[in-house]
Amino acid sequence: MTRRSGSLPANVAGALSAILVAVLATTPAPAQEPKRGGTLTYMIPADAPPSLDGHKENTFATLHATAPFYSTLIAVNPDNPSSTTDFVCDLCTEMPKPTDDGKTYTFKIRKDVKFHDGTPLTAADVAKNWEYIIHPPKGVSSARESYMVMVDKVENPDPETVIFKLKFATTAFLPALADPFAYIYPKGQLEKDPTWFEKNVMGSGPFKFESYDIGQSIKGVRNTDYYHKGQPYLDGFNAIFAAKQSVRVDAIRSDRAATEFRGMPPSARDELVKELGNKVTVQTSDWNCVNLLTPNQKKKPFDDVRVRRALALAIDQWKGAPALSKIATVHTVGGLVFPGSPLAATKEELEKMAGHWPDIEKSRAEAKKLLKEAGAENLKFELMNRNVDQPYKFVATWAIDEWSKIGVHATQKVLPTGPFYDALRHGTFEVAVEFNCQNIVNPVLDVAKVLPRSVYPENYGGYEDQKLIDLYNAMLHETDPAQQRVKMRAFETYALDTQVDTIMTPWWNRIIVHRSYMKGWKISPSHYLNLNLANIWLDK
Amino acid sequence: MQRYILNRLLLSIPTLIGAAALVFLLMRLIPGDICVVRLGGGGGVVDPKAVAVCHAQLGLDRSLFLQFVDFVVGFAHGDFGISMWSGKPVIYEIGSRISVSLEIAILSTVVAVAIAIPLGTLSVLRQNSWLDHIVRTVAIAGIATPSFWLGIVSILLVLQISQAITGSPWMPPIDYVSLWSDPLRNLSIVILPALTIGYRYSAVTMRMTRSAMLEVLREDYIRTARAKGLLEQLVVNRHALKNAMLPVVTLIGIEFAFLIGGLVVTEQVFNLNGIGRLFVQAVQNQDYTLTQALVMLTVAVFILTNLVVDVLYAWLDPRIRFG
Repeated sequence: MTRRSGSLPANVAGALSAILVAVLATTPAPAQEPKRGGTLTYMIPADAPPSLDGHKENTFATLHATAPFYSTLIAVNPDNPSSTTDFVCDLCTEMPKPTDDGKTYTFKIRKDVKFHDGTPLTAADVAKNWEYIIHPPKGVSSARESYMVMVDKVENPDPETVIFKLKFATTAFLPALADPFAYIYPKGQLEKDPTWFEKNVMGSGPFKFESYDIGQSIKGVRNTDYYHKGQPYLDGFNAIFAAKQSVRVDAIRSDRAATEFRGMPPSARDELVKELGNKVTVQTSDWNCVNLLTPNQKKKPFDDVRVRRALALAIDQWKGAPALSKIATVHTVGGLVFPGSPLAATKEELEKMAGHWPDIEKSRAEAKKLLKEAGAENLKFELMNRNVDQPYKFVATWAIDEWSKIGVHATQKVLPTGPFYDALRHGTFEVAVEFNCQNIVNPVLDVAKVLPRSVYPENYGGYEDQKLIDLYNAMLHETDPAQQRVKMRAFETYALDTQVDTIMTPWWNRIIVHRSYMKGWKISPSHYLNLNLANIWLDK
Repeated sequence: MQRYILNRLLLSIPTLIGAAALVFLLMRLIPGDICVVRLGGGGGVVDPKAVAVCHAQLGLDRSLFLQFVDFVVGFAHGDFGISMWSGKPVIYEIGSRISVSLEIAILSTVVAVAIAIPLGTLSVLRQNSWLDHIVRTVAIAGIATPSFWLGIVSILLVLQISQAITGSPWMPPIDYVSLWSDPLRNLSIVILPALTIGYRYSAVTMRMTRSAMLEVLREDYIRTARAKGLLEQLVVNRHALKNAMLPVVTLIGIEFAFLIGGLVVTEQVFNLNGIGRLFVQAVQNQDYTLTQALVMLTVAVFILTNLVVDVLYAWLDPRIRFG
């Protein structure tokens, strides 16, 4: 080996190079510095929302159009939105620890917040808004009143402090407080005319209202007085309403829009990736929405638990989910609790419940046996469904096919939304494809869907069951996480396995395709979350 | 003529009321509740208290009779009420969208007439020639092809061709601007829908033009005109075409009236915020007041268009007089 003067020996140089490569490979690339400027154009997959009032409405169309204009007290962490337990302050200064055995939460409100008209936002505004949400005055509609049943009162002892006093300690409170629809409006306008916000915008969020062409688009411009300094990065946004999927896909393809924030089916994702390659980025997440197959227990033979159990045992969730995920917006097998939550059942726990057995042949044999015992061997019925393709019709068609394997003949009846709800509320159905879609992952409240109608008005199973209510209440009041998990399992097992009040299908899968120059946004398990656009920037 | 027009306008009033009453009844027979749809469409809890407040706000807690009286009294005062979905005046909802539908309708009509009448005439003059066969094939294709499908395909073609040529797919803007605020951008948005709708429209008109011209060209007075030594161009344009236009004008009128409010799927395909799309939303949302008003608008458009067509008859054929 020769060695030139001034150079390293070859073996040493080689070793150093190898070390350098290893170091570079393991060192994370420095985060890009967000660029300021630009207008984000995105699509809202809906027609005009009924109103712009977040307190009154439940539709994502309202939220996608107005979230950038408003602040909330707390929110899911925009840097970690996939977590179901990570909440951060928006208007508050720090997340409080509960006192008084978990029944009192004291929030300190930031002093540097102004509404878009320049008036300061104080704790009085926060307290008044939450009073209206939790205990709406006569004639005022609050779509979230029932989510806040644990709250006794809201106090505002000084301009910087809001105190929530609960009737009982519960882990359901903080997620409920982080509801993305819980906008903070100016107190004065709220008291003067609560309906003003249906047609008008006055918030304190990262963007100021610019214009709204009804049914066409809504625009906002940067709020230069935004209290999270440095944000927003965008100069503005333009949200265009487009109910038709082909319009949204073509818009993203031709760069007329950067994204849409609800979710796309696998076929649309595949088309965009094929056409645009690395010009688009795909983010996916389990979605806090699920379809439920609910038998109407007021109609024979669905009042017989053996029949309901047979219908559950017929369905092969474990094979069905991966197959369906190729064509429908579903993905993960789960129980009543959102799969990403610490309270969710593990695979081993699920496999003990009807409809989740690992051996499908054994499961179907048991199903046939139960049908025979119940005298319902050649069961025929109508499965009522909503007139929505993804994933309702896919899930229903799959379920009907699964039931055919135990000799059950089901046909699908599809109804528009209005008549569908009417049939549900009047109980004029045999088995229905229901859905449970919540704004924010709050398992303790979300699973209330299976409670009897006397407790939960949106239950259509036609049954009463005090034991189920007792199990739920025990779980709701439990504050120790380990114990709460045990009680959740007991509740879930009773609802899904013992009584089979409803039959699970795979949880939805949220697929967001966005232009790769759109940075800073992370997907969450809900199409209602992380939509104020404050942390989005355009790398172009 | 003026008395005739006034009589026709006065006769339209009971037609409008009848249509509205029918829609009033039919909408309320459809199962469903706008408040439940509005509050429950997202899948969350539908609070019965919130539903009750909604019913009270929309007047749905009153009897059907009172609701109907309210509607008729409002109509008599020119007040079509508030949209049950958005809470905005119905006039505002329709007014903010009618310009889009009108623009598309006018442009499509211009495209259709510009294509149909010359080609239909040419086809007749070159009857059974290759030109005639091509024109007839194009016309049949236009009638057979749904305009919304043509719309989807045309957008895809524009995307594919632009990608092939420039490397980046391109499509016209999707957020509508009015003709007065930005004419070029506006035209770039409406040209594709106008062409796809106009093509189908022209196909029907082309066939009617051809058929009417064939009939007229066989008349004795046309033979006389030719025997007098008139140029063929004069025979066709001055003598034949005007007489053949009566049924064609009727057809153009009917088609134009249909374009206001009838282009439900096409407006969705091109993301045009027009009356057709509003109609679908109103019915799906069970927005009674808006649906009633839209039906009345459609009936009024048909009545007015037919009146204009009838008046045009008198200009086209001086023998026609209205008492």
